[in-house]
Amino acid sequence: MDFTFLIDKTILVAIIFAISLGIAAYSTYFERKFAGFFQDRIGPDRAGPFGILQPIADGVKLVMKEEIIPAGANPFLFIAGPSLSMLTACMTTAVLPWGSYLEIGGRKIPLQVADVNIGILYVFGVVSLGVYGLMIGGWASNNKFSLLGAIRAASQNISYEIAMGLSIIALVMMSGTLSIGTIVEQQQNSYWYVVLQPLGFLIFLICSFAETNRTPFDLPECEAELVGGYHTEYSSMKLGFYLFAEYTNMFVSSAVMSALYFGGYSVPFISALHLDQNLVAIIGTLAFFGKILFFIFFFMWVRWTIPRFRYDQLMKLGWQILIPLSIINIVLTGIFILVFDK
Amino acid sequence: MISQFGIIVLFGVVAILFLIFMFFISSLIRKQKPNIEKLSTYECGEEAIGAIGFGTFNMRYYILAIIFLLFDVEILLLFPWAEVFMNKDLNPSWTVWALVELTIFVIVLAIGLAYAWAKGHLDWNNHLVVKQPHDIPLAYKTFNKER
Repeated sequence: MDFTFLIDKTILVAIIFAISLGIAAYSTYFERKFAGFFQDRIGPDRAGPFGILQPIADGVKLVMKEEIIPAGANPFLFIAGPSLSMLTACMTTAVLPWGSYLEIGGRKIPLQVADVNIGILYVFGVVSLGVYGLMIGGWASNNKFSLLGAIRAASQNISYEIAMGLSIIALVMMSGTLSIGTIVEQQQNSYWYVVLQPLGFLIFLICSFAETNRTPFDLPECEAELVGGYHTEYSSMKLGFYLFAEYTNMFVSSAVMSALYFGGYSVPFISALHLDQNLVAIIGTLAFFGKILFFIFFFMWVRWTIPRFRYDQLMKLGWQILIPLSIINIVLTGIFILVFDK
Repeated sequence: MISQFGIIVLFGVVAILFLIFMFFISSLIRKQKPNIEKLSTYECGEEAIGAIGFGTFNMRYYILAIIFLLFDVEILLLFPWAEVFMNKDLNPSWTVWALVELTIFVIVLAIGLAYAWAKGHLDWNNHLVVKQPHDIPLAYKTFNKER
């Protein structure tokens, strides 16, 4: 029993790992393709048909590059920074429910690596750890641009983390649980939480843009002022890990948004069709990935539409607008529950 | 029986193995020809001089980090509160009391936010507003000597 359980989980871990890294890698290709589309260009089209092999070519290039650790840098922390960034980006996918469950040979195999009862808290904590990756890398480079970029990244991430946490708390008040699996199940036969928490979703969306350092919040790597920001001194696979971590984070935050606010793997009215459980699970998983891909597209759409903020505007939005707004959202949610849920 | 957190550890082990594998592959096939120019600190084509890197940064970031700590602890305390807020097994009047308690708790923290706001710590351009020493009492007679 234990042994088969472990094998199931190991296979699931390997599959989820491969899928999340694959989607992160191909996000880079589609980012450039969409950029081309938005700016009336062609985009990458040389490596393979339609440039479809471009991410692989980029990966091979990064692996084969010479490893340069600047003489003034702290070598251990210089390598630890991007590794930690990548590690935290990957670890978040562990608690997300990718589907309901499959029935193979009379055994129920849940499509979730670990259904911990504090899933949201875990995601929140691991995402917060991502700041250390940027901070350590930027500080260890011993370069003023890296240091400034790292400090900016850290202060931006912690500022928006507060509003993000407060918007999640309003959601938890409605669901009454911290387990992401249970939250998705609640949405299967009820409203999606985006209907009940529109303001909370908006705050969460803006904060996830800031947490993943995407445009319009990409001030940590603002080319015009800071060369490359926290990864100025980085090259080869370590630079690759930073970039990869950014796209993995984008994938993860899209997945968290779809799971918490857009019903995860739930498809409306599918229980009325009385299909086989395995088929329902597969359709649900595909629907979940459809939602995730939509959000990834949304991230790219915003990147090529909205210009970057100034730093004082960023701080004003985070501290003086989003935090008071999310506190108001909590109070409104409390009153809403008191009035309508009796 | 392996607990759910054990599986998360398994996940972390797979992630670490992936990182080590990538670094290992990279170390096998890459070139390695360092020289003093490649290893110098980047500085827009100039020689880097003075206190580079590990140096100083603006004090305002430090103040923001302290305010952040305050609010992060607030969020940590609100998570268990939010989870039991809807619990039907508790006393029916529980929800009202919980909301009242939350309001008091949030108001105390909001006072902290308002204080930081009024002091200008949340306003990134506050350093631009330098108080000019216009009101230093100068002896009028010092500059306008009556003859």
